[in-house]
Amino acid sequence: MIFGMPPELWFEAVLFGVLLGCFYAAVSIGLSVSFGLLDVPHVAHPALMVFGSYCTWVVASWGLDPILAGVLLMPLFFVVGVLLYRFYYETFERRGTEAGVRGLAFFFGIAFIVEVGLILGFGVDQRTVQAPYIGSSLELGDYRIPYRMLVAFGVALVLTFALTIYLSKTFTGRAIKAVAQDEPALRLMGANPVRIKQWAFGIATGVSALAGAMLIIIGPVEPALDRLYIGRTFCVVVLAGLGSMTGTLAAGLILGVAESLVLIHPSLGASWAPAVAFGLLLLVLGVRPQGLFGR
Amino acid sequence: MASILQVENVSKHFGGFTALNGVSLEIAQGERFGLIGPNGSGKTTLINCIAGALRNESGSIRFNDAEISRMPAYKRTRLGIARSFQVPRPFHSMTVLENLLVPSAYVTHLKDSEGEARGMEILKGIGLAGKAHALANQLSQVELRKLELARAMAAKPRLLISDEAMAGLSGSEVDEVLKILFDLNEKGITIIMIEHIMQAVMRFSQRVVCLDAGKIICEGTPSSIVQNPDVQKAYLGA
Amino acid sequence: MKFWTSMGVLFLAALGAALSGVNEYFFYAGYIVLTFVVLSTAWNILGGYAGYVNFGTGAFFGLGSYSAVVLFKALQAPLAVQIAAAALVGAALGFGVGLLTLRLRGIFFAIATVAILFICETLMVNWRYVGGATGLQLLRPEVMAPFGSYTRMLFVVMALLALVAISVARYIQVGWIGRGLRAIRDSEEAAESSGVPTLRLKLFACTVSGALMGAAGAPMPMYLSFIEPASTFSLNWGVSALAMPMIGGTAHWIGPVIGALLLGSIQQIVTVTISNEINVLVVGVLLVAFVVLAPDGIYGLFRKWLRSSR
Repeated sequence: MIFGMPPELWFEAVLFGVLLGCFYAAVSIGLSVSFGLLDVPHVAHPALMVFGSYCTWVVASWGLDPILAGVLLMPLFFVVGVLLYRFYYETFERRGTEAGVRGLAFFFGIAFIVEVGLILGFGVDQRTVQAPYIGSSLELGDYRIPYRMLVAFGVALVLTFALTIYLSKTFTGRAIKAVAQDEPALRLMGANPVRIKQWAFGIATGVSALAGAMLIIIGPVEPALDRLYIGRTFCVVVLAGLGSMTGTLAAGLILGVAESLVLIHPSLGASWAPAVAFGLLLLVLGVRPQGLFGR
Repeated sequence: MASILQVENVSKHFGGFTALNGVSLEIAQGERFGLIGPNGSGKTTLINCIAGALRNESGSIRFNDAEISRMPAYKRTRLGIARSFQVPRPFHSMTVLENLLVPSAYVTHLKDSEGEARGMEILKGIGLAGKAHALANQLSQVELRKLELARAMAAKPRLLISDEAMAGLSGSEVDEVLKILFDLNEKGITIIMIEHIMQAVMRFSQRVVCLDAGKIICEGTPSSIVQNPDVQKAYLGA
Repeated sequence: MKFWTSMGVLFLAALGAALSGVNEYFFYAGYIVLTFVVLSTAWNILGGYAGYVNFGTGAFFGLGSYSAVVLFKALQAPLAVQIAAAALVGAALGFGVGLLTLRLRGIFFAIATVAILFICETLMVNWRYVGGATGLQLLRPEVMAPFGSYTRMLFVVMALLALVAISVARYIQVGWIGRGLRAIRDSEEAAESSGVPTLRLKLFACTVSGALMGAAGAPMPMYLSFIEPASTFSLNWGVSALAMPMIGGTAHWIGPVIGALLLGSIQQIVTVTISNEINVLVVGVLLVAFVVLAPDGIYGLFRKWLRSSR
């Protein structure tokens, strides 16, 4: 027994934690771009993601597979992201002066409006989706891994790698990274930083649609879920270090395993789980605010 | 001449990038000191380390014989180091005069009435008296630069660091700012000037140091610096 | 002098109302509105004056409530002691969170306040002494004469707290501390290089703000005769405490008061006549509207109107 848990329990926690962690990384990667790279105080990111979950629920109720629904929603969310950034930029970043407080207050307000909008539209009850891989599990010896976790794990990996490659190999992707590091230089090269940031924010929001789909696959969603995910997503992004995509995966895994351990531990359990992400976040802020791989 | 500032072997890194690599220099009291170097050479990093906006990782910085490299910036200002910012950072919700009340309250500990009187004197001396009650965010570029200097002056500094105060100004505006700095120096204030405008540096400085890639590559009188081949190479490229 | 006279008059008015035959519901709703006056005034000391946004007002408020509950349950402590203890706890939390994160950029402080909110809730959910997730019923002590009901007494107590909060905010605003905080808000780097001890001032503002929020939380368990974690540590307190100063105006102590009285009253009406969800929607929409269209709030609009009509 180590820390009150037998080895089998440890293994199960780590196994589950790795799957969960990749999921957390995937839902945070949009924030890694919008907040980590673009410095937008996007506390409404989880709210938009939950909105994505509900949109997925609607589309899935027409008979489509939820993952497919999420993918189909991505272009729509991309447009929403572009418009939202444009509005934010024109109203706040342009004027420069007191943008900090107002920007934060703005996104906070947006998060609440989205959340209440969902309550008014769908009620406070939890929603779930159906799919062949939801409900059954893969059996490996003594361990049962829910298929939906594997699906989310797979999608998460694909998403993370795709975005990382996009940012490092394509021209637009590298421009996005450049605008985060040295905007004046980018201007001198003739590129328009605002359009690049807009595009990046659009991608981040588009990704949130798929993240939302995964969210509702993993478990039931309710409108207030975004509050808890503020902790999880910001924990991952800050732990990773602002601007680091690969760090997001590592940070997600750390959070996933930590939460999983708390969840499975006999004396702790689900009533302590919400504190893990937030506690880890505070720890990082206090000890190493630049995160693991921060710039 | 007594030395007011001693920078010894100061280094500063940003992740993998070395901004300052073992920089050492000594500045005498009352001196007019010029700091030049191409963009990215570490000039602003160096004065940020001296003023306290950044902490140097190694080496020592002594001001009036006191080691200051672990001191927060506000304490250094209270000791007598003032600086202006390259991109002006006015207190935009306050008037020009109120801007000066901040250092007079926090550095020289004057009551508001005394602070205002002294502030008006400073503003008169640099030609901003007419704008004393204008909001700081309504000033022109050159007025903002002057406000930066006025705010530094209100802190009654012994050492003033002027960070590219003349960038983008017209010929006559440069002369105005230069005159302000000369007047301050005459009152006994040591001045470090960072500038790209060579004619200003030449006219103003008694001694000049050139930085490139975090290292001092040359030190001497203005005329000798300008003729130095290393300096020319640094600015024009190999 | 004018200030203190008006404050005195207002307090006497509150006292007079409490002793009169005014409808009980007025005090029931008025207590909440006055709570918001304290919370928004307290929020503004750090958020409006210094520019550091606190999302987690509920944490300070909630810990104040739970401190009061603990003292009441363990020692039958009188309300005044509960309030004092709650203020201390709020101050300690403000100081702690501040020490941890005020060195960093504003958004990190803001996120840290959300973290504190959830952590406090989780701690209280797992603490059986205070009732855990289901909460605790509380028996009110005998109401003190001359008040006819406990709610009326709490109304007057909260009026007094509001007075204290406003006086503190005003004192900070007009003094040298306020100037330093404003300098920090406008340009923290320039403030530091103008001799302002930025970290110390921010910590001060955060501590004072936390203390007032904690104090405001102390009478709440008695008001409800009940306490439970979910509603106490809700993010909804945070959005109101933030929206009210932003709507009323953050530059002056009267802004949060205007915002609290206005938005607080609207909230009471909407919650009763329509629903709690629409209430939150109204707060959110008004917040975004003001932040985008009238960033200086009602107070700012009033100033502009004064200047233009000259």
